[in-house]
Formats: sequence, C-alpha cells, structure tokens
Amino acid sequence: MTDIEAFSAPPRSHWNDVWHQFRTHKGALAGSIFFALVLLGVSLGPLIWTIDPQFIDIRARNSGVSLAHPLGTDQLGRDTLARIMAGGRTSVAVGLTAMLLSLLLGTAVGVVAGFFRRMDGPLMRATDLFLALPLLPLLLVIILLFRDALRAAFGPETGIFILIVFVIGITSWMQAARIVRADVLALKEREFVLAARSIGTPSWRLITRHILPNVLSPIMVSATLGIATAIITESALSFLGLGFPSDFPTWGRLLFDSTDYLQQYPERVIWPGLAISLTVLSVNYIGDGLRDALDPRIRAK
Amino acid sequence: MRTSRCLFGAIAAGSFLAAAAAQAERGSDGHVSIIYWQAPSILNPYLSGGTKDLESSSLVIEPLGRHDANGNLVAWLAESVPTVANGGVSEDLTSITWKLREGLVWSDGSPLTSEDVVFTADYCMHPQGGCAQLSNFDSVQSVEAIDDLTIQITFDVPKPYPYSVFVGAQSPVLQRSQFQDCLGARAPECTEQNFNPIGTGPFRVVEFRPNDVITMEANPNYRDPDKPAFATLTFKGGGDAAAAGRAVLETGEFDYAWNLQLAPDVLQNMQNAGKGTVVSAFGTLVERLMVNLTDPNPELGDERATPKHPHPFLTDRNVRQALSMAVDRDLLVEIGYGQAGKATCNVVPAPEIYASTANDGCLVQDIEAANRLLDDAGWVRGADGVREKDGVRLSILYQTSTNAVRQDFQALIKQWWSEIGIESELRNISASVFFGSDPGSPDTFQKFFADIEMYANNFEGADPETYLGNWKCNENPRPETQWQGGNMPRFCSEEYDSMLADMAKTGDINERARLGKAMNDMLMQEFVIIPLVHRGRVSAHSNTLGGVDLNTWDSELWNVADWHRVK
Repeated sequence: MTDIEAFSAPPRSHWNDVWHQFRTHKGALAGSIFFALVLLGVSLGPLIWTIDPQFIDIRARNSGVSLAHPLGTDQLGRDTLARIMAGGRTSVAVGLTAMLLSLLLGTAVGVVAGFFRRMDGPLMRATDLFLALPLLPLLLVIILLFRDALRAAFGPETGIFILIVFVIGITSWMQAARIVRADVLALKEREFVLAARSIGTPSWRLITRHILPNVLSPIMVSATLGIATAIITESALSFLGLGFPSDFPTWGRLLFDSTDYLQQYPERVIWPGLAISLTVLSVNYIGDGLRDALDPRIRAK
Repeated sequence: MRTSRCLFGAIAAGSFLAAAAAQAERGSDGHVSIIYWQAPSILNPYLSGGTKDLESSSLVIEPLGRHDANGNLVAWLAESVPTVANGGVSEDLTSITWKLREGLVWSDGSPLTSEDVVFTADYCMHPQGGCAQLSNFDSVQSVEAIDDLTIQITFDVPKPYPYSVFVGAQSPVLQRSQFQDCLGARAPECTEQNFNPIGTGPFRVVEFRPNDVITMEANPNYRDPDKPAFATLTFKGGGDAAAAGRAVLETGEFDYAWNLQLAPDVLQNMQNAGKGTVVSAFGTLVERLMVNLTDPNPELGDERATPKHPHPFLTDRNVRQALSMAVDRDLLVEIGYGQAGKATCNVVPAPEIYASTANDGCLVQDIEAANRLLDDAGWVRGADGVREKDGVRLSILYQTSTNAVRQDFQALIKQWWSEIGIESELRNISASVFFGSDPGSPDTFQKFFADIEMYANNFEGADPETYLGNWKCNENPRPETQWQGGNMPRFCSEEYDSMLADMAKTGDINERARLGKAMNDMLMQEFVIIPLVHRGRVSAHSNTLGGVDLNTWDSELWNVADWHRVK
C-alpha cells in the first residue's frame, strides 16, 4: 500500500526541493520576509504615507516622535518616515539594478573565460585590472565627464541614477566572474559535458544547456551579496556627498546629514543606519539559504 | 613696599591705557592656558601663513600698529598712527613715516630701535627668502631709518592705504641682533630663532614644542610694569573644534579656545555646562549668492559662461530682485550659525564706516511682493507652477560646496523659490574641487557653470578697495585668463569702474568710505550679489578669564596683556 502511494505521488520538481530546503534555513526565511517587507514598504509606503519627503516645515524642525511625524523630523522639519521610504526606494533600486548589471557582466566574463581557453588569459587579466581600480576616484572622473550629458538627456535624478548604477555595475562584477570561471573550469571536464560534446553539441548550446544551470548556485549567491554591496556603495557615495542632489533622499544621504546631530538626535542616525544594516543582513541570509538550498549534496542530507 | 608698588602701578596704568583699569601687579594671577585646535609649528609669521602661527607669535612679537576690535587702526609700538592730516603720510601718498615710542626694550633688555624695523623689512623682502608675508610689502621701494626712533617707508606708487606694512599680527618687528644671520635662504634653517623669537610682547617663550605645546612666562621687560597679569602661559595646540570647546566650556581645563566652528545648538549645549562663555565678533565674512549674468549652457562649448552669451533670464533685474526678496535671512542665521551669524544686506558689512544702510529692506522676507514683481514683469506660471515667458522657464541650477549647513540652506532656499514659481536643481561639489581653481575642472566657483552659486568670502585687513576691485569689468573669469578672476557674476558697469579708479586716488578715509558704500550699494541694488549671512568668528573663554575682547581684524590674542583672572 505504502509502496503504491509512494509511486503514485506527484513527481518532485527541482524547485520544490529547493524551496523545501530553503524553508529549513530559519535565517534565510526571516531574511526573505524582511526583504519582502522592505520592498513593499519602499514601493507602496509612499502611497499610504503621502507627506512629500522634500517638503520643509520649518516650524516642526527637530520634533520628536508624534502622530504627525511617527519618526520625528530632521533639522529642517522634513518628515523622517517619508524620507526613509523615499530614500529606500532609491537605495534598493540602485542595489537591484546594479546587481543585475554586475551579474550579467560577471557571468558572461566568467563563462567565456572558463569555457574558451584562449579567452581565459586576457579576460582574467582584465578582471585583475578592474579589481585594482579604485572606485571613488573612478566615480569622480566619470561624474565629471558624463554628468552634463546625462543630465541633459534624462534629467538630474535619472541621469545620476543611470551613472551610479553603471559605475557600481562595472566595478563589482569581478568576484562573480572569478567564481563562475572556477566552476566552469571544473564542470567542463565532467563526463556529461564530454558526452554532450562527443555527440557534436555546439558550444553555445553546451553553455546554455549544461554549464549555466550548473553554475546557477554560485551566481545566485553572488547576486544576493551583490545587492548588499551595491546598497553599501551607494550609501558610501551619498555619505561622501557625491551622486544625487543633496535634497534627494537616499539612505546614505540621510545618514550623512544626521552625523552632525549624533549627540542630540541619535535616532536620526539609527533609523537609516538600521535600514541599511538590516536590509544588507537579510539579503546576506537569503544568499546563505539559497546556497544551501541550491546545492544538491546538502539537499540530499 | 607694597603701597609704593600699587601707587606706581596706578600711575603707570593711567598714563598708558586709560581704558584698562589697573588690575594687579605683574604675574599676580598665576597661570593661563589657551587651546587652539590647530597646533603652531613655528613662531615666526614671516615663514608661515597659518593663523595658528600668526596668533601664537603675537604673544611674543608685536607690530607698529594694529586694528582694534572695531577695526580701527591703533598705534602699538609706534607713538601714533601716521595720517596725511598729521603729516605722517606724504601728500602724494607715496611715503609713510612711523615714530616708535620712547624707551621700548626687547625681552632680553636691549633697546628697540628703528634699525630693527628696517632689518625686518630687509628680512622679508630678501630676494632669496621665501617670505610668507611678502604681499604686505607690495610696492615698497625702501624702508629707511631717519633716526633711532623714526622709520620712513617709501612706495613706488601712490598708496592711499599704506597700512599693510608693520600693521597687524602678520607683520611684526623682529630683533635684528637675533635674526641677522638668518637672511634669505638661511631663514628656515634658524630653528632656534624661529622657535624662540625675542620680542617686545607681554610674554616670552620658555619652551616651544612644534605642533604641540608652547610654554611661556611673563616678559620681565614688558613696557607696562603691571602687565601681564599672568606669570605663566600654556599654549596648547591640536585636537578638533569640538574637543577644544569642551575643554573650556564643559570641563574648564582651559581658559580660552579659538575658532569654534560648531553647530549653534552644539555650542549652546556646551555653554549650558556653566564653565565658560561663548563670544563672537564679526569681520567681513559674508555668505552670499552669486548670480550668473552669462549663459552656462553646455551647448555653447568654450564660450559657455562668458559675456558673449547673456543669461536667458537672470539678466532681468526683476528676477534677481525676486530671488533676493524670497529669502528669509533671519531663519537662515538661526538654523546655520546662531550666535556666529547675523542677517545682512551688504557684501561689505564692516568696518563700520564702510557699512551701508541703504539696502536693509532685504532683511524682511516678502514672498507676496516677489510674486507680484514677477507677475508684473510678465513671468506667468505654467501648468507645473513654474513661471515662464517667451518659452524661457525660470529653472535654476544652484551649486555650492559640500557642507552640511550649506546643504540645509540650499534646501530652504529652493523651497522659498518654488513658492515664487522658480524651480531649482541643487548641486553640491567637494570643497577642494569647488574652491580649487583648477582650470581643467568644470566645477570650480570661478567657472560658475551654473545659474546661482553660494559661498562665503571676506577681505583681509580693514580696507575694502582690493575686494571691491573684484567686480571690475575685466576681472571676470574667462578662458583667456585661465578662468582666474574674482568677478563671478560677470558684472560690468562703467560707473562702477570709474568709482573704483577714484577710490585708488583718494587718501581721505571719509571720502573712501563714501565711495566704498556707493559701490556696495550698486552691487546690491543690481542684485548681482545676494548677501545672506554676515558670519562671525566664535571663540570661548572661561568665566574666570577677564579682559577678552575678540578681534577679527587682527590676532585674537592682541590684548592678552590685559587678560586677568576674575575673582
């Protein structure tokens, strides 16, 4: 009876297994719930809490927690809650887009370098070169060169957004490229790849059908870590006063603006600081959980 | 013995400085400690431009004349201030004759003579020496000793304001016998002399530890036998403004802290501890908006922001005036500077005789009137609330340096301008780039590739002629001058230039003041410069330290001889 049941049960899909394993990682589960909340908060929050984050109500400056301002106001009377949500929108958007860009670049470089031996040398030396590039001076130069052109084409905020995403993207793909290359090198020598090759599968098909699905796990993990790095880099840039216009809130900018008031109004540093740290932490946990879940050997246990 | 000393003290004080009451005998108040959050590295102002070095050396060495706390010229080592009226300055304004007080001696007991003054001039003007104060000796032809106490300085051009040489802490008198082997290229090698100069001031150096601490004691040969009230002095350098403020205001470890650039409420919190008092004084530093009269559009290439292309809307005086009227200067002061600022409507806010009162209407914010002005001038609000006329939108790029207070100002002013239908985009640039004057960077304040920019500036000394010269027609920064020049608004008026030429020929102080005010008023009423805040210097002293009279025109320690302990 039990045997029949076992055989008649629906076939277990790969993604079901992954989800099953992912659920057992408590940190990852909590992290993904928190990250989903952050995403919801910054995307839908401003629709519910409709105070303009840039509106200055000078009479209400430095006010504490109240019904009108649940997280208080800053030194010019701008609502902190509205600013945190608006800032999160930018920071998370920068994080996600920059991650996608760096992932695309990193995977492409890693796969090509690992798969085609002739490309390995030049591409990996290029990776080393990019690793040696200092991000901040590079960003200064890029902002100087392209700011006016982008501003004219897309407006000040979108222009800077594209610029920052682009710069973070092209300076953070190297780790992903190295990891992917290492995995591809190992995979390439495996029997199933040799078998596929022996029946004349062209390289392109080999990569998309056999290699990529097998390097998905390191890619996903470095993707989640990439979000965290991108959010932190954007915050660091805003903290240094670069990037977005000064009245355009991002988490890093909020932190930067409040450091002067650290003693009197510590909560102004705590809120954006907490938002950055918790988001990054949750994303890291998600990455951790994904790695476990995507690894068939751990799953088998 | 005691009675006779007191009697003598009273007589001496009466004869020297009637203003300062006789406190006590020399050295009776013990020890005073001063903290500067930048540490002095040398005690010879001719080899350093740093304020910390100038001010620490002013305890020891002194000039012939200096500016008091109100910016008035007072005689110091000299008997009186030479003017055209008393014959000290020649009619053709090419020479000035100083006469030393009689009986002055150095701290080693030897007499101060005109030879020392002549030597100091030679020392600074030596062709192989890198004198940091050489600009003060600009166009000096010769410095001669007429007799033991008389010095004549001759200029090769008429100098209507000849008080740059030997006036102020940046130009004190050195002792000839101490420095005579330190001329020219050897000047920096004379470590012993540069660290322990012999002076005429109220204190003399006991030990100098560069970039750390100076220990001093009262000069036994100081000209006033009752002064200084303190027997010893510690001058501590280093740290930051907040720590220095705390040391005086909260813990009381030090008696005097210099230049506390801190947020107003931070300073207020410190003062609430009750140990000290914050004092402020106002020089000529003004935070202002500069209005670009030329078009910064990047499509113009090399000719962008040059007078060849007038600005599309800021050339309309009504728009500029509305920009000024919409600003609430008092609120800016309250938020940004507190005690260290006051609202101003002048770009030359001081000294008193140069301060105009003709523009004080700007002190009151008037959004309604600004709106009316723009309505009447034909600027009509579009669908998004931004005014436009003939397809030109009132949209401003507003830049400044990266600085928390300035970014707050930007946000506030942006909001006020939006209330009068003017849209603005904010940009902030790292201060080292913005003020860097690099002709290769598009972000310098001289290039001004924006519509409005905000920064603060002041002038040295108490005479605004050079400063007003910034807004001459040919002073506008442009490619031909490698983008150097002080005329950021690219303002150009023949009338202004001719007033400036008149000022260069005028020696009479009242006539100079009239011209200075007229030029200031012209800039203000054209609204090419929109002044916001007159910024002051803030220092703090312990409640037990008396006699502090904060001076922004000279060293803050200029009257340290009068400092005493309050009991």
